[in-house]
Amino acid sequence: MITVDARGDACPIPVVKTKNAVKELKGAGQVRTLVDNEIAVQNLAKMAGQKGWEIKSEKKDENTYVVDITVSEASGNETAGEEKDACIPDRRNAGTVVVISSDQMGSGNEELGRVLMKSFLYALTQQDELPRTILFYNTGAKLTCEGSASLEDIRDLEAQGVEILTCGTCLDFQHLKEKLAAGRISNMYEIAEKQLQAGHVVRP
Amino acid sequence: MGSEEKAIVFCRGGGCTAKLGPQILSRVLEKLPKGVPDPNLLIGYDSHDDAAVYKVTEELAVVQTLDFFPPMVEDPYIFGQIAAANAMSDVYAMGGDVKTALNIVCFPEKMDLNILGRIMEGGAQKVKEAGAVLAGGHSIMDDSVKYGLSVNGLVDPRHMFANNTARPGDKLILTKKLGVGLVCTAERAGLASDNAMQQAVRSMTTLNRSASMVCRRHDVHACTDVTGFSFLGHLHEMLDGRLSAIVYADCVPRIREALDYADDFMITAAGQRNRNYVGSNVRFDSISFAMQELLFDPQTSGGLLIAAAADDADAIWTELYAEHLPARIVGEVTEKNDPEILVVR
Repeated sequence: MITVDARGDACPIPVVKTKNAVKELKGAGQVRTLVDNEIAVQNLAKMAGQKGWEIKSEKKDENTYVVDITVSEASGNETAGEEKDACIPDRRNAGTVVVISSDQMGSGNEELGRVLMKSFLYALTQQDELPRTILFYNTGAKLTCEGSASLEDIRDLEAQGVEILTCGTCLDFQHLKEKLAAGRISNMYEIAEKQLQAGHVVRP
Repeated sequence: MGSEEKAIVFCRGGGCTAKLGPQILSRVLEKLPKGVPDPNLLIGYDSHDDAAVYKVTEELAVVQTLDFFPPMVEDPYIFGQIAAANAMSDVYAMGGDVKTALNIVCFPEKMDLNILGRIMEGGAQKVKEAGAVLAGGHSIMDDSVKYGLSVNGLVDPRHMFANNTARPGDKLILTKKLGVGLVCTAERAGLASDNAMQQAVRSMTTLNRSASMVCRRHDVHACTDVTGFSFLGHLHEMLDGRLSAIVYADCVPRIREALDYADDFMITAAGQRNRNYVGSNVRFDSISFAMQELLFDPQTSGGLLIAAAADDADAIWTELYAEHLPARIVGEVTEKNDPEILVVR
């Protein structure tokens, strides 16, 4: 049996220490954790419930609760109780590539086109399924640069794991190379490859 | 980030995870002498609001609120921003405007004063963004850092939002992502990704001002800000013991990684206290453990939770969306039912 003294530790430390101790068991065994408050006992019980471990707890005195966790072979390591959260998949769809080849969406009215493109990029950030990659080229390259009204949204997408690639030639041509403010510079080889390998390509 | 800056984190769980539990609080508040009721006190602690509203004239009322807490992030400037955004949030939840603010500071005598300077700069920046004046403050020596604001605002009492006046049939809108408590806890354990932490910081430093402005253009029945008592805790208070609600878990805006951190048990004592407080009123219909934890997760500087008739809710949501807030319609209010809150996929 491994004993963990987590008295004086604030949550989630007692839970983390206990989880690490169970890992050390490398299979069946017992971990005894000492904590100093009822809430920590409840948080340990939640973890045990999730992992399928047996748990017993006893209040020894005002500042000591003894929590015994028994890990059986079956519930040993991983999986038991770890139902995968089906409603929250990785929001990136590995197959989708979005191509932004202009700073406007649609043709006709330029001002409207720019408003629509800003709105489109924001709407992308709110989707349940995100593209794997967004390619910016021609005047679309302006959107990943300083001064772009969509910069926040593009950074949000990048923060959520979406790959943001901007055509280097396009930045050079428009004297924007120093202004790139999201993602990284790409080349035509990569831009071609990304589109060829895509499950599907979205062109707003 | 310098080592001195790191020193301001005490790992006890900052932000709204540091709140006293609602159960403990209720026990104390119930025993306080109420005094002579003042008809001009429109909202006080009776209605579980964390601000007072005092009517001056038929068109004008003063909103008074304060909030302060220990750091939940390492960067003192960002901590200042978050604490200030959080303190001013109550005024916005009522549909008011912030007018003046005073600093509340607890700071160890021996700590580097530059850190305090950065905290207060962050706070001042947010007060400025709110269009209000930082008019002074009060500082005391303490073992640990705490910062926040005492805030005064103005509201038109005829168009003020209470937190407990929702109606059956209302849709519920949440204006910010849930999960900042879990992410900050994971960050302290060294587990949070940069992406998740960036999202959490951006969310916590965002004022509820623009969301409040949108609400004022519509017929909003009830509004509150989601903070330490978690989404479900604040929803419970909104339902006022006379209504029920259905929550659509899939629609709840969340920092995606927060669910991973819940699965790694990056869970706080405050989250469990919220579960103890409100859990018996909630039934989860095949909702994962991580999602449950997210709904009990104490939020620092969380978003507004808005109740409005279905048609208005659609319009409000569309306008919030145009303000680039990650708002979603997350549920609906029903006649009183058992359970009080039903969470479905």
